[in-house]
Amino acid sequence: MAVSYAVAPRAYAGAPARGPITRLLEDERWLAVALLLPTVVLLGLFIAYPFVEGVVLSVTDAKVGIPGHFIGLDNFEKLWSDSIFRVAVRNTFVYTIVTTIFKLALGLWLAMLLNRHFKGKALTRAFILLPFIIPTVLSTFAWKWMFDPTFSVINWTLYRLSVIHGRINWLGDPDLAMISVIIVNVWRGVPFYAISLLAGLQTINPELQEAAAIDGARPWQRFWHVTWPLLLPVTMVVVLFSVIQTFADFQLVYVLTGGGPANATQLFATYAYQIGVGTGLLSEGAAISLAMFPVLLIVVIIQLLYIRRVETH
Amino acid sequence: MARISRRTILKSTGGMAAILATGRAPAFAQEATVHWLRWNDFIPASDEVLRKQIIPECKKAIGVTLNIETINGNDIQARTTSAIQSGSGPDVICGLNNWPRLYAESIVDVSDLAEEIGKAQGGYYEESRAVANDGKKWVSLPWCILGALIAYRKSWLAEVGYPDGKFPQTWEEYREAGKKLKAAGHPVGQTLGHTFGDAPTFSYPYLWSWGGKEVEADGNTVVLDTKAAVDSVKFMTSFWKEAHDEGGLAWDDTSNNRAFLSGTISSTLNGASIYLLTKQKPDTYQTEKGTPMKDDIAHAPLPKGAAGQFGYHLPMSNMLMGYSKNQKAAKDFLRWISSKDVYQTWFNSQQGYSVGATKVWESDPLWQKDPVMAPFRVAAAAGRFPGYAGPADRKAAEVLSKYIITDMYAKAVQGMPAEEAVKWAHEEVKKVHA
Repeated sequence: MAVSYAVAPRAYAGAPARGPITRLLEDERWLAVALLLPTVVLLGLFIAYPFVEGVVLSVTDAKVGIPGHFIGLDNFEKLWSDSIFRVAVRNTFVYTIVTTIFKLALGLWLAMLLNRHFKGKALTRAFILLPFIIPTVLSTFAWKWMFDPTFSVINWTLYRLSVIHGRINWLGDPDLAMISVIIVNVWRGVPFYAISLLAGLQTINPELQEAAAIDGARPWQRFWHVTWPLLLPVTMVVVLFSVIQTFADFQLVYVLTGGGPANATQLFATYAYQIGVGTGLLSEGAAISLAMFPVLLIVVIIQLLYIRRVETH
Repeated sequence: MARISRRTILKSTGGMAAILATGRAPAFAQEATVHWLRWNDFIPASDEVLRKQIIPECKKAIGVTLNIETINGNDIQARTTSAIQSGSGPDVICGLNNWPRLYAESIVDVSDLAEEIGKAQGGYYEESRAVANDGKKWVSLPWCILGALIAYRKSWLAEVGYPDGKFPQTWEEYREAGKKLKAAGHPVGQTLGHTFGDAPTFSYPYLWSWGGKEVEADGNTVVLDTKAAVDSVKFMTSFWKEAHDEGGLAWDDTSNNRAFLSGTISSTLNGASIYLLTKQKPDTYQTEKGTPMKDDIAHAPLPKGAAGQFGYHLPMSNMLMGYSKNQKAAKDFLRWISSKDVYQTWFNSQQGYSVGATKVWESDPLWQKDPVMAPFRVAAAAGRFPGYAGPADRKAAEVLSKYIITDMYAKAVQGMPAEEAVKWAHEEVKKVHA
């Protein structure tokens, strides 16, 4: 006859008594909830709540100090026929697309350079980050001086080098004003791309490059067939963040041109501020801000789907 | 060891509970404090006067502890909006333009105070009334008006036919003089950019002087697209190319000051800050001949057009905020600081940069001290406010903050046909008034 000697486990005499919370947290489901809770609260308070408030505001006729009534999509209808809004939409797309292309190209180039071994590498990397570290308002004021119609140091240098004979009206000409804000945005954004892509480059095993080189791959082939595919997931995340930030950019244009001349550099965010704060029409300002949302949502979905596809491959 | 009786505990905890329940400290512990938000004054000496003289005098005279906060003028609206929406912030906000009309539902009716001060000080200028009175009540207490006149270099104007401090009287004369000035290397300087001060204070009176206006007196019928407005745009296009520094399209409110002080431009519409700075630093700001620039500066109003001569001078007024828990102290403070004797201290420190909101200040001895500042004395009398001929209401503010009138000229200067630019502006103003 088989005899079972199963003995009930006894608590180790030296272990402290476990309280109900500890026992609860030993269950992974509850532990997950507890760990996620602070993040959920923070996101709820600072992201979800303002977003919902924005949506609610945009469908009312609220003004500063006046709660307003539900008016459906009237604010969006008004925007549809607003020529300044249409200019702002076009400008925002041009601004985001052009700056993203330049930031990606220059950032990648810089990251490749910084990935090499050379004397003073650490110091150079630290300096590269400067434009990103300096508060945007401060650096934009410096750029404002450099683009100043009367005192532009850029014009002065070009004039002294006999490259130009007149004055370049950087911020006064509509096209040049857009080019100027794009230049400043690229200047400020390249370090973010460079450092993030550099981090991505450093995760790539050098043996892969060596193997490709032994197989006779030329530098460009090694980049295109080895480095780029492995760097793509990081690049997509960096571009995603950058597009969101650039699309909603405010301070740079606000300081540099105020959206002028004649709305030539007006963006979603600057126009929303002008209407919401300058005129006190909070609901219309919220509607302008919210008009960005569908575009950003589509960008985010496409990029996240692409990242998932790349990762599964 | 001292014994704590039951009665002692009841007394102390009961008192604390009462404080917590009412949210107010007991009367003997309260101190009347007023938080006053203002812009960083273009005349820093005035901020010094407020901090070093007015604060201690306020405490002594009416027992109110004054807390003055100064920030960039461009940021006051953002602060006001967040204060109103959150229901807490400064007790009194000194606003520019017609902002009190935007926040009328959130600020306290100060009719009694405004009537009392207006009556005692010779009445208010029309601009002050337009922005602080909604037709039924005073929604804020007028504080001052910042005069905007053309500052010009006398010697350079003399070279083009205006000797002895004379200045062109009509737009046509100004254009002819400007052509010669530009040819001599020192053009006229004017911003047509998106900046709250110098751009609209030029573009609106310029339009009015040609007979143009946004709306009829009913405040709803948009009448911008007229021959007068088209003529004004056509004239501006050639005036700009022939006489102006074309970098002005990108200027902000400080750019023309810098251009003038560096000797790049010969004249510009501005407050008196250019002249007052050259007066304060005669060794720093000099002419090309090495003489103090202050001796070569004079002021004149914007020239006349077919319909007359106008100005738009920035009015400032103090809003008593509805959420303030110190309403009585704040009102006492406003009455005290707007009284003639106290206001005089601040008025003197401005040296004419701002004129009073009431007409009594026109006869102040300050205007006898410096003849260069004398034209500012009555500048506010010819002032109108955007939205003319309608009221200076929210719709006027929207047209103003969208820079529609300024952009009408800026677009034409950049190449858009005059008729098209006026039509665009007319349609935009119509949308605002729809």
